[in-house]
Amino acid sequence: MSAIKLTTPLTNEAINALKAGDEVLISGTIYAARDAAHKQFGLQPPFDLQGQIIYYASPTPTKPGEVIGSIGPTTSSRMDAFTPALLAAGLKGMIGKGSRGPEVIEAIKKHQAVYFTVPGGAAALLAKRVKTARLLAYPELHSEAALELTVDNFPATVTIDSTGGNLFEAGRNKYAK
Amino acid sequence: MRELSTKKITEAVRGLCIEANTNLSADVEVALNKALKDEESPNGREILRQLIHNAGIARKEKRPICQDTGSVVVFIELGQEIRLVDGSLEEAVNEGVSRGYTEGYLRKSIVSDPLRRQNTGDNAPAFTHVRLVPGDKLTINLMCKGGGAENCSAINFFKPTSSHDEISQFIIKTVELAGPNACPPVIVGVGIGGNFELAPLTAKKALLREIGHYNSDHDLAKWEKELLVKINRLGIGPMGLGGRATALAVNIETAPCHISQLPVAVNIECHAHRARKVEL
Repeated sequence: MSAIKLTTPLTNEAINALKAGDEVLISGTIYAARDAAHKQFGLQPPFDLQGQIIYYASPTPTKPGEVIGSIGPTTSSRMDAFTPALLAAGLKGMIGKGSRGPEVIEAIKKHQAVYFTVPGGAAALLAKRVKTARLLAYPELHSEAALELTVDNFPATVTIDSTGGNLFEAGRNKYAK
Repeated sequence: MRELSTKKITEAVRGLCIEANTNLSADVEVALNKALKDEESPNGREILRQLIHNAGIARKEKRPICQDTGSVVVFIELGQEIRLVDGSLEEAVNEGVSRGYTEGYLRKSIVSDPLRRQNTGDNAPAFTHVRLVPGDKLTINLMCKGGGAENCSAINFFKPTSSHDEISQFIIKTVELAGPNACPPVIVGVGIGGNFELAPLTAKKALLREIGHYNSDHDLAKWEKELLVKINRLGIGPMGLGGRATALAVNIETAPCHISQLPVAVNIECHAHRARKVEL
């Protein structure tokens, strides 16, 4: 299948064209934040939420001469409690791994958003698609600090689309014996 | 008595942490390639291709395979004819972890207190288990264990009269509940027997067995193969996007237990299985 190119910030039009199972390549600015950063920022993240994507990730330390260390996704469901309010405030996309709770799926539908999966454990490959990385906030959280990343053709799979289409369910139903 | 300097242990642990995190072992890579060959789902194949590609990049550039470079679990078999010199064994292991994670640019993922959650800054301490054995060799089995998959592990206390089927259902259900969150295709470590602390430890040790090797007990080996087939019929697939490859292996180990007990622990491991062994 050929991948759909997406640029951030995401528009409703681009989001509504996506269907669960589509492969995409994301370019532009995205924000890395996980458990401790979500707890810190609540509804006031250190960036403008409108149309943006949060990547649930915290990289390995950057070696001299590199842009960033290895950076794959962490388990998204740990951020579920924070997500509906962020979607209501303008967040449009999330990148992570693993399932989302019913409240998050409802909020994705209600606010026309999208959830992408990237392969956990493909952190070296994903790091190659990060062109710039900048510490945004919370250095005291060490590896869990919030980062601003510029990505180029970052590969992801649409897993929950804006109509509630859910690849975890559809995929499993198709292949369960 | 053979004298062994704990500095050698520090050096070994440092090296194993870096090597395990950057160089995916051959058994896992062979298993991922086999999974790709058998995978029916296009999304699943794409994920597996990316994982294999990722392992190549990590090896070539000495980058961590996964950003979660894990908590370090260390099993030491200490020959009772060895006299350790130059300091404490446990401190030597932790120093090795600290140096490996700092000098190897690995992520520091350990907090000193589970409630106050202050990062220790060097990924120490390790979770170290020492067993005294006959002889004058020291063996280190080291595993860098990702947090996401570990969170999906479970223990259940069966009745001594419970059937194999009931136990199978629990094991399969644990993998099913883990679903996409544990980074499938997973490796399933099963510890049967022991008690409240020994069953999970046995399950963890089961993960140390290379993929493609089965239990030397014929009945257990047969059970492992049956469980793998059943798990791969669940349809969860790579990263849970649907497909055949939900698990790469099921490894069962057993331990003696009380007449009133039959504990079963299931330790879930992600496909980024990072384990290494060395003998000093």
